[in-house]
Amino acid sequence: MIQISNLGHKIGGAQILHDITTSFPKGKLTALIGPNGAGKSTLLRLVGRLDPLQQGEITVAGHDVSRTPTEELARVMAILGQQTAIASRLRLSELVAFGRWPHHQGRPGADDRAKVAQALDAFALTPLANRFLDEVSGGQAQRAHIAMAFAQDTDWLLLDEPLNNLDMSHARALMARLRDLIDTQGRSVGLVVHEINYAAAWADHVIAMKDGRIMAEGFADDVLTEAVLSDLYDAPIAVGRHQGRPLVLHHA
Amino acid sequence: MRPMPALLMALCALMLASLTVGAAHVDLRDIFSDPQAMLVLLESRVPRTVAVALTGAALSVAGVLIQALVRNRFVGPDTAGTAEGAALGLLAITILLPSSPLWLRMIAASLSAMATTWLFLTVIRRLPVREVMLIPIAGLVLSGVLGSVVTFIGWQTDLMQYVGVWLMSGEFSGVIAGRYELLWVAAVAAGLAWFAADRFAILGLGDQVATGLGLSTASVMRLGLAVVSVVTAMVVTTVGMIPFVGLVVPNLVARIMGDNLRASLPVVALSGAVLVMACDLIGRLVIYPYEVPAGMILGIFGALLFLWLLHRRPAHG
Ligand SMILES: Nc1ncnc2c1ncn2[C@@H]1O[C@H](COP(=O)(O)OP(=O)(O)OP(=O)(O)O)[C@@H](O)[C@H]1O
Ligand SMILES: [Mg+2]
Repeated sequence: MIQISNLGHKIGGAQILHDITTSFPKGKLTALIGPNGAGKSTLLRLVGRLDPLQQGEITVAGHDVSRTPTEELARVMAILGQQTAIASRLRLSELVAFGRWPHHQGRPGADDRAKVAQALDAFALTPLANRFLDEVSGGQAQRAHIAMAFAQDTDWLLLDEPLNNLDMSHARALMARLRDLIDTQGRSVGLVVHEINYAAAWADHVIAMKDGRIMAEGFADDVLTEAVLSDLYDAPIAVGRHQGRPLVLHHA
Repeated sequence: MRPMPALLMALCALMLASLTVGAAHVDLRDIFSDPQAMLVLLESRVPRTVAVALTGAALSVAGVLIQALVRNRFVGPDTAGTAEGAALGLLAITILLPSSPLWLRMIAASLSAMATTWLFLTVIRRLPVREVMLIPIAGLVLSGVLGSVVTFIGWQTDLMQYVGVWLMSGEFSGVIAGRYELLWVAAVAAGLAWFAADRFAILGLGDQVATGLGLSTASVMRLGLAVVSVVTAMVVTTVGMIPFVGLVVPNLVARIMGDNLRASLPVVALSGAVLVMACDLIGRLVIYPYEVPAGMILGIFGALLFLWLLHRRPAHG
């Protein structure tokens, strides 16, 4: 479980997060939703110790994020940030291979190589493995970043808008793969997603944020309702049902 | 063609040529029968050849490191305030302790180079990330300011002849046995960087990715800072700053091989050695038997190569 208690965060004097207490359940897919600027990325970055904690406490599978050595945390959780543009000129296979670095610190074994090959394959990157990162399309680069997080092979996987730039079939493939990690290997996933229907179709647990606060959280069925969503996005939103799950309609 | 064997062959050929070129005639075939030739070879030609190769290799590696530290390709140890910092340290120790031993001067140059490079890193931390060109400009400004300070103090204290050697000439004609061995320190420092090659490559991916992979960015930064400073300080102390190598060679190699530093650092080192070796040889041949400083030849070639690089990849940082 990821436990967040009394989390507050300021950037340049402005209060970005207000006293947040919540949790990401273990063995579930948790979706963070909310309008632009709600504080989703900030929350995820704090959980992933990408920014220092100012106020409050976060534990990931029992590890206090502010006190556990960073290399130890890298074997517990993998995090993919929202900004993935990097200036380095790496081949896709080299980038994905760095996902294994927390485990081998520079001396990859056969197991590490196998996991890299597996991650490349899982995201249909094997034919592009020798291409440079600055010579592939945006969606292909995004898939390489996700594959790196996958190769890290941690109990927790945190992804900030992983569906960015992905076409419909790769987006669905990613969600199915996340589902598979959770259902067959007992992993846990937290992801920020704007396309609500991906949350509706695949998430177990939804946390809705607005203005640095949590507006609603719980089972997808309970959070993805007309009342909550209309309030969250300040716009009338209709919710139907499809195959026993909520279906959010933006052309109501 | 694989780069390593080709570069090794080129380097060997250039080094052999370097052993034979010079005002005194040396024929490599009869050095064992000619004690005079043997003396020239051991006292002057071999030291010079080794010094050139070590300088080129170490400066190029330092260039890769500083570029990874600042995540910008348009920076080198000669445009990050490092060389001027080393000169400042040398100047200070020369004024304060005129008869100081070599090891003390070496430490003073290294520490001072670290301080000014650290200043550069601190300054650019505050610059907006998107403005790719601000970082090299900040480096040029800082180098310029530090260079002026060094020159001013040099004038005031009548030490301009030294300052000129450290910062302007960059040439190897003064290298003889016993006066270039500090460059081995530079080479060892650069060699150490290879063991942390993965860490520098990960650092180059940005703070976010590096932290996510559990890398302690601060300690890698410190290591990089130390290697860049020591390499530059040794070069400045021994032969004077050589421009452009640390900027151009990492860029050329990254174009072809990418930034997987574990694989590319040896190629970078060899390419640097080849480039400086070639420039030194050209400098010795163009107005034979007189010499043009290798630094000057590099200034011309380096500028041309750099313009070509800028032209090839305008938008990338
Ligand atoms: N570096 C920064 N400096 C100042 N304000 C910032 C900074 N980063 C984020 N903010 C502010 O913090 C708030 C939360 O930002 P955050 O990135 O967490 O939002 P988000 O929910 O992820 O939005 P999006 O859906 O657009 O990604 C926003 O109001 C944003 O303007
Ligand atoms: Mg965001």
